[in-house]
Amino acid sequence: MDEFLLRALAAGLGLAIVAAPFGCFVVWRRMAYFGDTLAHSALLGVVASLLLGILPIIGIIVLSLGLAVALAVGQGSRRLGADSLLGIISHGALAAGLVALSLMETVRVDLMGWLLGDILAVGWADVWLIWGGGAMVLAGLAMVWRPLLAATVNEDLAAIEGHAIGRSRMILMVLVALVVAVAMKVVGVLLVTALLVIPAATARRLAGTPERMAALAGLIGMLAVGAGLAASWRFDTPAGPSVVVVAVLLFLAGQVRR
Amino acid sequence: MTALVRVCEVSFGHAGQIVLDRVSLCVEPGRIVTVVGPNGAGKSTLVRIALGLIHPRSGTVERAAGLVVGYVPQRLDIEPTLPLSVRRFLAMAVPGTALGIMQDALDRVRAGHVLDRQVGALSGGELQRVLLARALLRRPGLLVLDEPVGGVDMAGQAELYDLISAQARQTGCGILMVSHDLHVVMAATDEVVCLNRHVCCAGHPEMVSRHPEYLALFGPRVATSLAVYTHVHDHAHLADGSVGSGGRHGPECRHG
Repeated sequence: MDEFLLRALAAGLGLAIVAAPFGCFVVWRRMAYFGDTLAHSALLGVVASLLLGILPIIGIIVLSLGLAVALAVGQGSRRLGADSLLGIISHGALAAGLVALSLMETVRVDLMGWLLGDILAVGWADVWLIWGGGAMVLAGLAMVWRPLLAATVNEDLAAIEGHAIGRSRMILMVLVALVVAVAMKVVGVLLVTALLVIPAATARRLAGTPERMAALAGLIGMLAVGAGLAASWRFDTPAGPSVVVVAVLLFLAGQVRR
Repeated sequence: MTALVRVCEVSFGHAGQIVLDRVSLCVEPGRIVTVVGPNGAGKSTLVRIALGLIHPRSGTVERAAGLVVGYVPQRLDIEPTLPLSVRRFLAMAVPGTALGIMQDALDRVRAGHVLDRQVGALSGGELQRVLLARALLRRPGLLVLDEPVGGVDMAGQAELYDLISAQARQTGCGILMVSHDLHVVMAATDEVVCLNRHVCCAGHPEMVSRHPEYLALFGPRVATSLAVYTHVHDHAHLADGSVGSGGRHGPECRHG
């Protein structure tokens, strides 16, 4: 097997494992649009990084974290529906990113690469970032797993039972932002939430406990990555979209099974 | 006796509307306080303030130090995407609870058959029973119930009310309960607070009326555990819940 394919596989499988439990929370707490918003805004982070001459991943992470914190804080105000607010930020940021990108004449940017990801171009450094950083965000999630789950069931009950609702919600949003920032390299701005949502949604019908659903989502994600990369190799299709198409096929197969 | 929770002169507004106007109530150990009133009277808001879930605009709320609260919300909308068994849901209330204890708690509320079911697959009445069992598992010093028998059939309602009052008598736990129904209030209630944004009146409920039609409707056994609180309304309310002019207020009335 070629080394670039090995790297792609290592990155994709790691990401599938890391994304799975976060994907479950995204599904349970209806945060899919939140993930989309972070991902779409990331292009702005890329442009800012290029202007400042820093690594794109740093710009993306800083922007995502800022946005996550702002949205977590702003969730209390009800002047506008949460989905409308996210819609404005999401598409506003994506459009601004595209405009800013077109204005930069000195730097050539692989726009398709950022929009759709380029898993075949990941280096060993990216692989280490995914596995190392992934282990850290998973450890962070494990620490707030219980209060988060309690708050997902019912925030009032969780608060009365002494769980720190606001803090664990903030931590979840920050961790999701980090996952999205890292996942972008692999599947791109447009497809990041697919990697979070689809395996979790597929696992739902097969799982009886929240933990089992997260584990199954991980396995399904890994299967999608493996089969998607193989298909990409065999049929010469773009890797990120191929992975997502396989994930959707798995989801559909799961719906047929009664 | 020291109060478990004391709400004093609490006011609360939402979007320029007054929801609660200088409302006071107090729950002592072993006592059952029932809040009754029409829709939009602010009953749930009052309960949420007493629980510390929301903060009043003015007034004070004091809860006893180290108080363990068992709460039965009006409804529980669980995400259908979240796989959660009743067993797990109960265990989340008190981590490390033995299976036998959970089964006992469910048996007490006559929901012993649902332990291994998914929470999302329960009927409305079953879910209310599970919520009550869950609250009792916490061995609460204060039990707060927001319309605890919603979705429960008539016979089951009386049973659950009996269980709740037994809890107060046997464990000395204080109970704060909400009912939206002015006429059906538990016989064992020690104090009824009639709320319509302000406290209209508060006091001891009278025993169930022995009206033949009433008995015929519910059956004698059920009827004895459902009481009618005869509400002496000595003033008129305008459509917005404020007190109309010309009304005379009784000695217990705290407004006007």
